[in-house]
Amino acid sequence: MKHKTFFWFILPTATAMLLFIALPIVSVVTQSLFTPHEQILKTVENCTPFNCTESTVVDLEATEKQRVEQPLGRWAGLSIYLDRGHLATTAIAEAWNTRTSLGNFVDRLGNLPFYRAMSFTLTYTFVVTPLLIVLGFVIAVAVNSLHRHLKGLVIFFSLLPMIVSPLIGSLVLFWMIDSRGVLGTGLQWLLSNPDLSLKASTELTWIMLIVYGVWHSAPFAFVVFYAGLQTLPQDTMESAMIDGATRWQQTKYVVIPHLMPLVTFVALIQLMDNFRVFEPIVGFNAEAHASSLSWFIFNDLGGETRLLSSASASSVLTIIGVAILLSPVLVRTWRDFNAKG
Amino acid sequence: MFLKKLVMASAMTLMAGEALADCEISGRVNIVGNEFPAIQTVGNGAKECTGGKVSANLTADHQKINVAGMTGNPAEYTSAIVANSSIVALMNEDVIRPLDDLVAKYGGGLKKNQLITIDGKVMAIAFMANAQHLVYRADILEQAGVNPPSTYEEMLAAAKTIKEQGLMEHPIGGAYMAGWNLAQEFNNMYIGMGGEFFEPGTAKVSINNEAGIAALEMMKALSGYMNPDFLTHDSNATNAEFRAGNVALMNMWGSRAATLPDADGVDPAVKEHMAIAGPMTVGGGKIPATTLWWDGWTVAKNISDEDAAATFKALTYAIRPEILNDTTSPQAVWLIDGYQPTPAAQGVFDAANAGSVPYPMLPYQGLLHSALGAELSDFMQGKEDAATALADAEAAYTTAAKEKGYLN
Repeated sequence: MKHKTFFWFILPTATAMLLFIALPIVSVVTQSLFTPHEQILKTVENCTPFNCTESTVVDLEATEKQRVEQPLGRWAGLSIYLDRGHLATTAIAEAWNTRTSLGNFVDRLGNLPFYRAMSFTLTYTFVVTPLLIVLGFVIAVAVNSLHRHLKGLVIFFSLLPMIVSPLIGSLVLFWMIDSRGVLGTGLQWLLSNPDLSLKASTELTWIMLIVYGVWHSAPFAFVVFYAGLQTLPQDTMESAMIDGATRWQQTKYVVIPHLMPLVTFVALIQLMDNFRVFEPIVGFNAEAHASSLSWFIFNDLGGETRLLSSASASSVLTIIGVAILLSPVLVRTWRDFNAKG
Repeated sequence: MFLKKLVMASAMTLMAGEALADCEISGRVNIVGNEFPAIQTVGNGAKECTGGKVSANLTADHQKINVAGMTGNPAEYTSAIVANSSIVALMNEDVIRPLDDLVAKYGGGLKKNQLITIDGKVMAIAFMANAQHLVYRADILEQAGVNPPSTYEEMLAAAKTIKEQGLMEHPIGGAYMAGWNLAQEFNNMYIGMGGEFFEPGTAKVSINNEAGIAALEMMKALSGYMNPDFLTHDSNATNAEFRAGNVALMNMWGSRAATLPDADGVDPAVKEHMAIAGPMTVGGGKIPATTLWWDGWTVAKNISDEDAAATFKALTYAIRPEILNDTTSPQAVWLIDGYQPTPAAQGVFDAANAGSVPYPMLPYQGLLHSALGAELSDFMQGKEDAATALADAEAAYTTAAKEKGYLN
């Protein structure tokens, strides 16, 4: 292709990528390096329906002057990234220097918001992703062997968890597992423990979120694998059958290798999605037990006083986290590509 | 004091006779605000005005959009309906205008105590008051042979009796959902214990003290009589528990308690025996463990004077004494002339008369509220002790306050 033709061909895509991917990232990174000006406070008298009191307010004129002089705010460098709400370097150093044992250090690490969020996010990502791939594969193989009249109906029902919006799906489950809900009461009866509450225990909340995650995302893996199964080379399958391969051997030596590129694809997408786990935490009101970087961003932006720099730093950390998670898969894909080339 | 002022005000209305007659405006009015019944009434009242376009966006997510919607020039929203906590964000961003000249021109019907004055300038017009106070089941308390509690210690004792007699498994209700609600309950209890949130005159937090620990210990003791899912219960969920007849005692918002028995499917026993009383004290303190709130409206800064006048006129019209009738009166404790308190308003009046303090209007109070909401749940779950939880909350607040430039 001529350079000129290539240029015009790629221009719309490149422009869109620049506008919708590169620029927002630049903006977020910039925001995370600056913080609002030092607030100039003054004491004034406030009167409300109840009383008049001395109170502190922000001196708006003085603040406005600062804003005009330095519209971006104060240069903060990496200080937001290193503060207690994020990487908490000072707190970690202190915890390490004053530790009584390794367990004590880990405990204190778990008390810092970022590391607590990471422990949940990584557990969630690495438990949910393999489980949903296996489950999706099992459903795909099962549906594929059904009679063709039944397939349509079963496919529709298998896709339902993905069709329901995540927030609604988690809210429905949230009320079912309530200690007065169907599942909650059922479990209490089954284990004959009237005080059992799925929502009050951190371990059970994690399990519940993980089960929800698998339930919600398995249909995606199923659809992809089911599509892959339709392209299964029939000759190879027939040869395997003639050679006397059992169903299990056929699956292991023909079907799985054929679907391997799709497994990579599903793993890539799901690692990325699960690392950004958010809706179930909100839907299950689980913030007392589990949090994630996405939830931090939501919390920073949703409060009465918005913490823009903190939210930006969390966003950048999310991007870095996703990049680290995906790197093994990307490296592998790159190698495969080179090997073929 | 508060009650007296209101009664005086009612008398003055009668003398004043007819207030504003019609509402004719020339300008654009667009209101953003929360969505509970009293605010709906105000929004609908403003829409009766003719001559200009009046629209309202009343949503529970109002705080997420009001600053952004008032920052542009001209601002999308010409008015935001706020409370003592949420006006601070609008003031910090300098998006609302002083109303003194508008009050002088069009605000003849307003009372002095409706004017929210900051640094000598009227920044908002309040129309209702709110507070958390005791809501209880008279029949259950009678069966258990206990009086309605006036202190949290008595509440614990009453709950113990009710549980021991097998009347209820989880007699206490509380909006203890991790986040805003949990932090608010701590604020109540800490104020009741006589605590101060900040070192006087500074943004330096000081809650890790005896009062803070006592407040947390009391909350923990109360949670022992709550539904084990309490960390996921906001005030709606707590109300639902009460409606279902599972709760005998709870600290609830006046604005929600009044309409509590009106929903569908409420247990008849609850409907008949629900009772309201003033807020409780704690730890032998004199100041009730609650906070006073007002709700009011503001006018945006970045709009034309014409639109500002239209907004002021429409909203003043919406809170004129004539809006009060059998439907609207029980919706809130109105600060409007001529309001006759309904029985449902008793709790809020008692709160005001017992010397409760208003929720602080400090620019950095919201940051502390968020920090408490995130850090106290570990203590409530028994994962760490009270002092550690408070130290965590202080550290989280300090980090946020440094970022926002309140602390160095």
